[in-house]
Amino acid sequence: MNKLLTVSLSPHVHGKDSTSRLMTGVVIALLPAWAVSVYYFGWAALYLPVLSVVFCMFFEFVIQKYMLKRASSLKDGSAIVTGLLLAFTLPSSLPVWILAIGALVAIGVGKMSFGGLGTNPFNPALVGRVFLFISFPVQLTSWPVPKGFHTSLTDAVTGATPLGLLKEGMRSGEQVSTLLKNVPDHMQMFLGYMGGSMGEVAAAALLLGFLYLLWKKIITWHIPVTILTTVFLFSGLLWLINPANNADPVFHLLTGGVMLGSIFMATDYVTSPMTPKGMIIYATGIGLLTVIIRRWGAYPEGVQFAILIMNAFVPLINMYVKPKRFGEVKKNG
Amino acid sequence: MQKYQLKTFPKGGVHPAENKLSAGSPIKILPLPERVVIPVVQHLGAPAEPVVQKGDTVVAGQLLAQSKGFVSANIHASVSGKVFRIEERFDASGYKRLAFVIDRHDDTWDPAIDRSDTLHEHITASREEIIRKIQEAGIVGMGGATFPTHIKLNVPKGKKADILIINGVECEPFLTADHRLMLEKSKELMVGIRILMKALGVDRAVIGIEQNKPDAIDLLSSLAEKSSGITVQALKVKYPQGGEKQLIKAITGREVPSGALPVDVGAVVHNVGTTLAAYEAVQKNKPLVERIVTVTGKSLQEPSNFLVRIGTPVAEVIEAAGGLPEDTGKVVLGGPMMGKAVSKLDIPVTKGTSGILILPDSEAHRKPVQPCIRCAKCVSVCPMGLEPYLLMSLGQHQLWDKARRERALDCIECGSCSFICPADRPLLDYIRLDKMRIGALIRKEKKAVS
Ligand code: SF4
Ligand code: SF4
Repeated sequence: MNKLLTVSLSPHVHGKDSTSRLMTGVVIALLPAWAVSVYYFGWAALYLPVLSVVFCMFFEFVIQKYMLKRASSLKDGSAIVTGLLLAFTLPSSLPVWILAIGALVAIGVGKMSFGGLGTNPFNPALVGRVFLFISFPVQLTSWPVPKGFHTSLTDAVTGATPLGLLKEGMRSGEQVSTLLKNVPDHMQMFLGYMGGSMGEVAAAALLLGFLYLLWKKIITWHIPVTILTTVFLFSGLLWLINPANNADPVFHLLTGGVMLGSIFMATDYVTSPMTPKGMIIYATGIGLLTVIIRRWGAYPEGVQFAILIMNAFVPLINMYVKPKRFGEVKKNG
Repeated sequence: MQKYQLKTFPKGGVHPAENKLSAGSPIKILPLPERVVIPVVQHLGAPAEPVVQKGDTVVAGQLLAQSKGFVSANIHASVSGKVFRIEERFDASGYKRLAFVIDRHDDTWDPAIDRSDTLHEHITASREEIIRKIQEAGIVGMGGATFPTHIKLNVPKGKKADILIINGVECEPFLTADHRLMLEKSKELMVGIRILMKALGVDRAVIGIEQNKPDAIDLLSSLAEKSSGITVQALKVKYPQGGEKQLIKAITGREVPSGALPVDVGAVVHNVGTTLAAYEAVQKNKPLVERIVTVTGKSLQEPSNFLVRIGTPVAEVIEAAGGLPEDTGKVVLGGPMMGKAVSKLDIPVTKGTSGILILPDSEAHRKPVQPCIRCAKCVSVCPMGLEPYLLMSLGQHQLWDKARRERALDCIECGSCSFICPADRPLLDYIRLDKMRIGALIRKEKKAVS
């Protein structure tokens, strides 16, 4: 009985959640979309995400070890998620050196310059992606035609995303309804048969990932459902007002990065609000901004900018949107 | 098919592994200890004042210390014997407190106490007599809060209670003392409830029990049918279902306002153990000198429920359950969510000791703290609607005023936030610090005013 007993404050048990377990869950949820991407875009879609992860982990390691001189946090798995998400927003025809720059910016600027995981205000993968988009517009908007393992990267430039076509058409003043005749139909889009970034094409696979995240209680429904609903309603309204000049709402949901963005990027823990009410405000903002940029902005796709813009509002939302306190009832109520 | 209409509290909560290892072990009487250590403070409030001296011979049930001040409780001898010393001894709090050390002779009881098993159903005592007897018996909240019971029964002027809630939830993992009590002392419990109803002047009582104790729900429901005004409410298994405010909300739908008392919404909550003690005090003249204690743990040979005399060393209770396992790393008095880890095993079982939990070394340590990933899980599990991550960071930055505005004082210290946090952050540690510092601020303000 002269055993030394450990003394600490309660609670004395802990749930099974850990940061690395949650991150692993996100990676698993991304697998179906990755598989579809490989199916449509071939080898490049297999190795580019892997390389992206390797770059992200490498930069995180180097920055922590040699610049910040801190213990490594690679084990938490967040660099893997950032690497995958970054690659998923890029075309499979992207040169590897550009991908490496993207990873450096995502990790170095997007994450480490703010103090690492937990303190970064913007989604690191999106910071990397937007940086590349501004710096290398040509490479970033060359979309390979989905031809599976027959995809040859040299004829990649011929493809275009449905959203790109839409914007081109609107610029040239063509009728949207005639333009859309040339894009894949909704079912094909749902299954991912269209030009686009590696991980964003297959709505079906991304939704599968969403179900997994919900099942494992990694995220709640609030952000994705609110974004998708807002995009649907807002684009639907525009479409109802003028069907000749607007794409239908289902088209908006299935194209571009809306699915990937709403399920995997806008829900990034660090850069999204802490309360359900806050999440709904934030997600509504993303949905509205996405459609506004798509319809009136200079770029065909707006979801990434929309998320980054709303990221900036998160501290404000957290400050003013409080959970409903227990016992906060009106004095005479 | 749902057998019961289940109720629960609406916001937050967690589901720790239940581990009710000793649920099937009937209550056994622990062999009497040779020596007991009985602290003068086993309750929330001021220490009681000794009325016996070193060297005195006492009998079981004799008053040792008289309650002093408004919030305090009497202390009685749990065995018969000689007062060996009255000195400072360690108790579960980790501090030394004045205590009676009594060497037991035999087992002689105060003759006024009825120790038979005869059930006395007829309540003759008046409201005032009931409260006086409960006060004399030194009864305190036996769920762990140890607030003197007679004070809760004295509804303040201008307020009115209309419902008595009996807490048989036992939402803490591992603990089964209340469960066994409900099964084995059900008839006494029902009389106890009627006693408390009479004291409070209410005609309605609801016994709240978590759904994981269907035998207790069935048994008490069948008894309640014969008693007017008493019903049983099955509750969802969710921690902290047995938190006073959560239980009131689940059963009545009423929300106790921040800073207010349950009676402000017409409800008074008593634990089943307390209710049984009230029965024994009023019908049997018996002061609170023994209680049911669960001794449990995955490596323990024989997880059990014992009827233990107050003042028995914790080590002896563990011995009776097969002895301290080799791999022991931590011993907790109470449950794993809110219990207190102790450093020594010669400390005594007191009125609030609902369980002795033995955790293996592999589960005794906390994991390294990682940065907050702002996953919002702590916010979503907090039953009080607080933001634990924020309260912790305010604590780290010593921003007590701000923590006060963010309602740190509303925290019921249930531990759900620390339990869920994937980054293993010690949220509740910092929230406790917030509360302590805010308490000091408030005292200072009060001084400045007067
Ligand atoms: S649960 Fe932990 S990691 Fe998540 S927000 Fe709260 S403190 Fe941060
Ligand atoms: S802040 Fe307090 S009440 Fe809320 S979960 Fe944590 S310990 Fe429980």
